[in-house]
Amino acid sequence: MTYVAVYLAAAGILVLSLRKDPARTKQAARKSLSAFLDILPDFMAVLALIGLVLTILPPGSISAMLGPASGWAGMALASVVGSITLIPGFVAFPLAKSLLDAGAGVAQTAMFVTTLMAVGTVTAPAEVKYLGRKATLLRNGLAFAWAVVVALVLGVVVR
Amino acid sequence: MKLPRASRYCLFLAVLAVDLGILAFRPEVGWAILRTTAQNFYQMARFLPPVFLVLGFLDVWVPRATVVAALGQRSGLNGMLLAFFLGFAAAGPLYAAFPIASVMLAKGASFFNVLVFLGAWSTLKLPMTLYELSALGPRFALTRWGLNAIGIVAMAAFITRLFSGREMENLYRRQPAVQAARPGNPARR
Repeated sequence: MTYVAVYLAAAGILVLSLRKDPARTKQAARKSLSAFLDILPDFMAVLALIGLVLTILPPGSISAMLGPASGWAGMALASVVGSITLIPGFVAFPLAKSLLDAGAGVAQTAMFVTTLMAVGTVTAPAEVKYLGRKATLLRNGLAFAWAVVVALVLGVVVR
Repeated sequence: MKLPRASRYCLFLAVLAVDLGILAFRPEVGWAILRTTAQNFYQMARFLPPVFLVLGFLDVWVPRATVVAALGQRSGLNGMLLAFFLGFAAAGPLYAAFPIASVMLAKGASFFNVLVFLGAWSTLKLPMTLYELSALGPRFALTRWGLNAIGIVAMAAFITRLFSGREMENLYRRQPAVQAARPGNPARR
């Protein structure tokens, strides 16, 4: 559904642009293509890494180790798995729900979800290319630290 | 139009070699890896073309002055809110946000606003939040959303402070979009 919206928006802009100035539209398309080709090697590496990591370390397999009694060890494990992998939300949230239903703690689940979305080790090569090493390290490191805070608060608030 | 150097495919080829090694010794695991990888590529192939197309149009049609005014160093609270909203309204994986962030920087958006944009994209996206609400309940979803909204702004401010003037200049100069856009781009003059 979101795909349809994104494609419609892109098509709308394309038509508008063509009507206004075909030459500049061609220039824009050329830029799009060269930007895409430029980042393609990094994206390919990221996608291959995700495929490898997700298969060797299926996130579902950790649910057994994240019980409410797992405490800090459980949170550490949740954060490590959450930080390597990058799973789209439509997979991550049902998975988080099944973790909760299977008896995982709220704090552990929150840690997992937050690091999953904001911290990415396998996407770092692509991120470094655009933002540089310093910004990438800081962004991921701080997001990780903040995930701990969020997890602790959620562990208290949601019961 | 020049293709990236072959050496830049090193990491991809290394991962592929590991995959093939696993395939040789544990065929069922190997096939599962290749299947997941193929799915990832399929998703990317579906998602990235419109993203990059829009990027090209932004680059050619939106004047630099407009971006500077809306998201630049002096855009203040409105700029921050706009960056926040742009990330919030987005859809797609975080790695699709990096090239967009790059064009924003190339067009003169402030680093702080770009970080807010990336942060909002990563954890506060509307489609994801709606999904989270239904899967994990409003208490979980809204508490997490609120805490992350605060954290994102605080982290963006903190990271920006840690960059010296020179590092900031290098950051702006390294943007691929700047390099690609340099020769004869009317929108940049």
